[in-house]
Amino acid sequence: MSVPVWNPAVEFMERETLERLQFINLRQTVAWALKTPFYQRRLAEIGLTHPEDLGSLRDLRKLPYTTKDDLREAFPDGLLAVEREEAVRLHTSSGTTGMPTVIYHTRRDIDHWTELVARCIVAAGATAHDVFQNMTNYGMFTGGLGLHYGAERVGMLVIPASSGNTSRQIHLMRNFQTTVVHATPSYLLHLHSALAGEGVTVDQLRLRKAFIGAEPHSEETRRKIEILFGIQAYNSYGLSEMNGPGVAFECVYQTGLHLWEDAYILEIVDPETLQPLPEGRTGEIVMTTLQRQATPLLRYRTRDLSHLVGGNCPCGRTHRRLARLNGRGDDMLIVNGVNVFPSQIEDALMKMPEVGTNYLIQLEKRGSLDRLVVKTEIDPKPFTGDPRDLDDLRERIGEALRSAILVKPVVELHEPGSLPVSEGKAKRVVDLRPAF
Amino acid sequence: MAEQLNVFVDNRPGRLNAVTGVLRDHRIDIRAMTIADHGAYGVAKLLVSDPRLAHRALVDQGFAAALKPVLAIAMEDRPGGLHELLEVLAERSINVLDAYGFVVAPGRRAVWCMEVDALDEAARLLAARGLEVLADHVLYRLEAE
Repeated sequence: MSVPVWNPAVEFMERETLERLQFINLRQTVAWALKTPFYQRRLAEIGLTHPEDLGSLRDLRKLPYTTKDDLREAFPDGLLAVEREEAVRLHTSSGTTGMPTVIYHTRRDIDHWTELVARCIVAAGATAHDVFQNMTNYGMFTGGLGLHYGAERVGMLVIPASSGNTSRQIHLMRNFQTTVVHATPSYLLHLHSALAGEGVTVDQLRLRKAFIGAEPHSEETRRKIEILFGIQAYNSYGLSEMNGPGVAFECVYQTGLHLWEDAYILEIVDPETLQPLPEGRTGEIVMTTLQRQATPLLRYRTRDLSHLVGGNCPCGRTHRRLARLNGRGDDMLIVNGVNVFPSQIEDALMKMPEVGTNYLIQLEKRGSLDRLVVKTEIDPKPFTGDPRDLDDLRERIGEALRSAILVKPVVELHEPGSLPVSEGKAKRVVDLRPAF
Repeated sequence: MAEQLNVFVDNRPGRLNAVTGVLRDHRIDIRAMTIADHGAYGVAKLLVSDPRLAHRALVDQGFAAALKPVLAIAMEDRPGGLHELLEVLAERSINVLDAYGFVVAPGRRAVWCMEVDALDEAARLLAARGLEVLADHVLYRLEAE
């Protein structure tokens, strides 16, 4: 079996050469970082004022970590390393406490990102002959535009379907004979269950591959998708701070996700001690960008947990593999592929005067999709006694949450004092979804 | 005009009798009661012997409760009685939002209670037609005379 590959020179690069390249790019990245107010200050604290102060790749360990809080603090331009005129795009996220974060990209940055996504697509065996339906959200969510650009670069016929509207997705798949899709695993399971309702069978589709990501899922879920559709499904890993998709991807051997080490330096550390962990030990993924000029990030703590897969992949790529993600080191929830922090929900609720102090966030599975239920107490003072006002309140809470977290929850109103009180360590999140 | 007590109750076992327990403790009599079901919660609507006291007692116990003016109409308990009343409202395009009735003396006297979108106008119209719009103190002293 010949291994499909987009950029053999880089993907099969000898480790020694790859690490030399990493060092050159790390110095370049530090030079970029030193143009930002944030890193000027942060690096001055450790006495680093020139990229030449880094003597070897090992010196990476001397660099400070960067956290999501740092990104919030630096918002909007504290981490911008180029003139605004040089940036061609930004992706911003609403952040956990209403404080947003932003990543800027120059034309060159987008070009590099696109190259990484193209590598992923080809590594998973897709080609310019494929019809690619991108079922993830376009806009601020990086999964839409990220895969779109990569797929166009590979030369696929791209259908920018975006997320949702399952009936339309199915008819697009049938009308245009879609061969490859990109979606969350839970959405693909949902889509399969909706086929019969549209009078479409799997045999009438030409689907052969799916790229799945944006939410943690088990090997069993992947196999289930593969069997239901009669396809191969490939795991994708990315996060907006590291561009988005295109960070790590499975090749046709499906033995872990190759992380493009010419573009990122990968570390796995103990989230408590921040000490590096050996191959095979699960810890927090820490990454340094090597090819992003507009917003360089040094040793960014992703809060994602995984471990390195040992040995060599039969595909021959020298870039190391991450194991399937196994959880988060913080309280972030993933609801149908969308990242949600409980604090975002709390903030939105507490802005509404009719809402009491206690609330409960409950996650359920409805079919294959996640369902977010937000239970709140009503405040007895503004209560009018009119059930229609309550319906209106529920609607307004739902809208406020939707605009804060991009997920429309089911809102339940409850009597004052009926939910666990906010003092102490009240458990505010109940996840009833079966473990993945 | 009469006052109805609206109480927010979780739709689960044991909540409704928490409300009636408070009323019993304050020796409050219930004339009529309905519940508007809204899924996870309901709104209990009560006509009671002392709405102000009942309201205060429930709020003290942490309930979300509110007093709402309603039209309570005394009428003869006979075929067509309700229809005549509703015709009056329909002629003036007054909408009935919620309603319930109870019999005080079978075959003789009934009370029709309703929330409408133009309360004062409805009260005037009905009084002009000779219907008795009951005030609180009359409503709660109705006897099966």
